[in-house]
Amino acid sequence: MQTKFNLRVIEIENLSFAYDKEFVLENINLIVDNRDFLVLIGPNGGGKSTLVKLILGINPIQSGSIKILNKPLHKSLTQIGYVPQNTNVNTNFPIKAIEVVMMGHHAHKRAIFGYKKEEIEHAMHVLRQVGMEEFADKKIGSLSGGQRQRVMIARALCANPKILLLDEPTSSIDADGQKQIYELLKELNKKITVIVVSHDLSVVLQYATKVAHINKKLAFHDLSSIKKEFDTGNDSHVCEVELLQMLGKCKC
Amino acid sequence: MLEVFSYEFIQNAVIAGILVSLISGIIGSLIVVNRMVFLAGGIAHAAYGGIGIAIFAGIPIFLGTTVFAVFAALIMAFVTIRERENIDTFIGLIWAVGMAIGIILVDLTPGYNVDLMSYLFGSILAVTREDIYFMSALFVVIIFVMTFWYRDILAVSYDSEYAALSGINVKFFYTLILILSALTVVIAIKVVGLILVIALLTIPIYIAQNLSSSLYSMMLISGFTASLFTIMGLWLSYNFDLTSGACIILVSALSLMLFMIVQKIK
Repeated sequence: MQTKFNLRVIEIENLSFAYDKEFVLENINLIVDNRDFLVLIGPNGGGKSTLVKLILGINPIQSGSIKILNKPLHKSLTQIGYVPQNTNVNTNFPIKAIEVVMMGHHAHKRAIFGYKKEEIEHAMHVLRQVGMEEFADKKIGSLSGGQRQRVMIARALCANPKILLLDEPTSSIDADGQKQIYELLKELNKKITVIVVSHDLSVVLQYATKVAHINKKLAFHDLSSIKKEFDTGNDSHVCEVELLQMLGKCKC
Repeated sequence: MLEVFSYEFIQNAVIAGILVSLISGIIGSLIVVNRMVFLAGGIAHAAYGGIGIAIFAGIPIFLGTTVFAVFAALIMAFVTIRERENIDTFIGLIWAVGMAIGIILVDLTPGYNVDLMSYLFGSILAVTREDIYFMSALFVVIIFVMTFWYRDILAVSYDSEYAALSGINVKFFYTLILILSALTVVIAIKVVGLILVIALLTIPIYIAQNLSSSLYSMMLISGFTASLFTIMGLWLSYNFDLTSGACIILVSALSLMLFMIVQKIK
């Protein structure tokens, strides 16, 4: 239970957000501890993406507060590595995997033109972490969906973030690729906090330590105790029925 | 064969052709990867308004066209950033209104009888030294911009959402790309004319896109291919007394067909 004494990486208090006059998020409270593996689930239009945009500072905070690593939001943006939802756009774009990764470097550390040697070395290091180093010089469009997603994760890791935030990371990837992505996230989770927005309950629940269900309001579940009862071994997946039983025990 | 180069107008035509091809290769690549082809077409046609204003007011054509095209690009940038849903409609609007202004102003110019066709289809054999200075200056500016802002422009073009998150001023670079497109269109009008500009800004680029794995190499290959097509088109135009712009475009289009067939066979 050492994590409980660790730094709170994200602290959201009484957060509400409305487009026009309609509330999308109401009174959200959420605490993410260091090295949590948090999964945000919920129906389409339930406010998951809005919450992500608030955490990233894309949407302005209307009421309530978000603290990242104990600091108000706008100072901490560089602490979050972000993997956007749709990575299949622009696949015909002439760009190498390593160039995509290097977009993740901090702007102020950049060379005046071209790429610095350290930048290239660091990008290669990050690509190695996600198991994509041999594809560094490949055109991004020639990679498979799963490989491309790894490159996007590498881009997010490039600035050495404390938090990795992924929006629907496996929505367009085949089952094998999905498992590989989650295994990778599990590995990364040994060092950093991982937050995944997902529809895919059955896969995600094998990896999550905490789940937050968002449908305008937020319901929070700590899975670290429940999960043991439903440990189904490595290769099988938690089926949706078991899942409902698991979550059905909660008060919400 | 080589004695044709002793004519100054031929020299100018060849130099201008190569400069415009290199510039089109760079800017055309940006236009294509940013999916702005229709936008660039809008600017090209709207630029005719600038030609009309220049003729009517008696100012140099290059100046009038440049100012008006940049103005059209700024409106395009403003509209496309603000009115995401109606982009097509507004581009079409600016496209047509620009041309209409040009035509009315030429109508109103007393005793005016310059050949409209030369603006629509280009007049590369009438390129002057001043035109070449202007083209060279633009080439230098573009090289400068691309050298210092390559990574920002690459980031904005590839994934503007992520670029914005990492602190790059997306609107600035988007507008910059449009302004550079407008300037490119202005000089390309001289070579291939405003109707055919789009072909020069897309055909060599399509070929290059399939051959390159980075934006940088796409720009180089585009520039080289475009130069090749321009020289071949000019040669045909000179030898068979045909309109140069149309020759350049047809050479490009035929080469594209050939390229696609070869790719299919592979």
